[in-house]
Amino acid sequence: MTAVLPSRPVAPPRPTGGRLVDQFEYGLDAPICLTWELTYACNLACVHCLSSSGRRDPRELTTAEAEGVIDELQRMQVFYVNIGGGEPTVRPDFWHLLDYAVDHNVGVKFSTNGVKLDKKHAARVAATDYVDVQISLDGATAEVNDRVRGAGSFATATRALENLAEAGMKDFKVSVVVTRENAGQLDEFKALTDRYGAQLRITRLRPSGRGADVWDQLHPTQAQQRDLYQWLLANGDGVLTGDSFFHLSAFGEALPGLNLCGAGRVVCLIDPVGDVYACPFAIHENFLAGNIRNEGGFQRVWQQSDLFQDLRSPQTGGACTKCAHFDACRGGCMAAKFFTGLPLDGPDPECVQGYGESALAARDDATVKPKSHLDHSHTGPVRGQPTLLGMPAIPAKICDESPLAGLQLG
Amino acid sequence: MTTPAPAAAVSDTAGFDPSQAWRRARSVALRPEPFGALAYHFGNRKLSFLKSKQLVRVVESLADHPSAVQTLVACDVPEAQHPAYVKALADLARSQMIERNPA
Repeated sequence: MTAVLPSRPVAPPRPTGGRLVDQFEYGLDAPICLTWELTYACNLACVHCLSSSGRRDPRELTTAEAEGVIDELQRMQVFYVNIGGGEPTVRPDFWHLLDYAVDHNVGVKFSTNGVKLDKKHAARVAATDYVDVQISLDGATAEVNDRVRGAGSFATATRALENLAEAGMKDFKVSVVVTRENAGQLDEFKALTDRYGAQLRITRLRPSGRGADVWDQLHPTQAQQRDLYQWLLANGDGVLTGDSFFHLSAFGEALPGLNLCGAGRVVCLIDPVGDVYACPFAIHENFLAGNIRNEGGFQRVWQQSDLFQDLRSPQTGGACTKCAHFDACRGGCMAAKFFTGLPLDGPDPECVQGYGESALAARDDATVKPKSHLDHSHTGPVRGQPTLLGMPAIPAKICDESPLAGLQLG
Repeated sequence: MTTPAPAAAVSDTAGFDPSQAWRRARSVALRPEPFGALAYHFGNRKLSFLKSKQLVRVVESLADHPSAVQTLVACDVPEAQHPAYVKALADLARSQMIERNPA
């Protein structure tokens, strides 16, 4: 593994007392919240998929191995996990693993595009405490959503929302990645979410996975970032963000939540084959800390891997530490810098003070944007594939299109 | 109709009586951390942080003593720090991490 982190002096010892955010920089004995992607398989082919999902990986964890992970999380007192993918619900043992986690005091929130949330499964989710669900939606209208997530995906998601609401589920989440195309729809998203008795969660678009291919086109403009910041200040208490917009705090007032990069410190990712990465947006060899199949399991990776040890010290060098706003934004998102080819101790590509734009402009032809070693994208056409990239849409169902369409009679 | 109390009259420790018996809530688990502990409530899924090991000892000992104040004394918390601890316990009571001990 090559050294990716800016050279840091030997970490000073952990301070006693003080702010929690300073404590978190030195890491925790177990993650606060962990993302676990159960499969790379997905029925959709979203243009910005952070894990380049599509096809199942033959090395994915077996049911017994997945149960072993849950046992270990229980021992480490990781009280809840975010389960995702791929589309986790297409795993045949998905509902079993959900029950297994709950029975072992590991609460679950799972992310889904809604494809399997029919009335029966919605009722099952609603009946279980400790299980929460978030439905991904990247447009408040089918037009905006389906361009990036694929034809028919808005209908699938809203049908799942209806089923959950009808089953009496409360406070489930609608999860939105903020893009240039939907940044103007925040009020509409809030209204849509309220209509189902759900909670809105908005997160930041990262140039990770296939997101790297569309980031230039889809990441919010500076003006949109400022509007988003104002919107979060006005609506922040009722909206979840996964603390993912902390780089916006450099506009002035700190946003609610943890304003810190939690990678390897308070969060991490277990991928479908058991590899542990510093964060869900960093699926790249340079951020691979180990595999849960190896001796010592997840606990050893979390507590002892060299990579995570390196991440657990405050950044003390680099251009950003001299900036007046460093305490607010802490240099921004590591993954966003890495996948845009920027140095990790420099500004975030979306730095609201404008330093990111200059850094992006200063990249020369020799700058190689790092690419993940993994790509599980579908290799052939997918039903209802997104149209953002100008590919012709394939009808979601073959009978959606009249067999007589285009036929000229007489 | 009642008149809402002016904000200034509501103290930080409202709703928490340190002369009563308390305990860690039954649906709460504490996970030791280098700085103190992470508290998780399985009922409302809320997380809290206990920012010192001394506070962790106090919370874990609450149930062994007839009052919160006596717990502080038994845990050797210096008297000058009692107000700060009472405030921390009041915060934990408000977020349902500790509850009245009826025993």
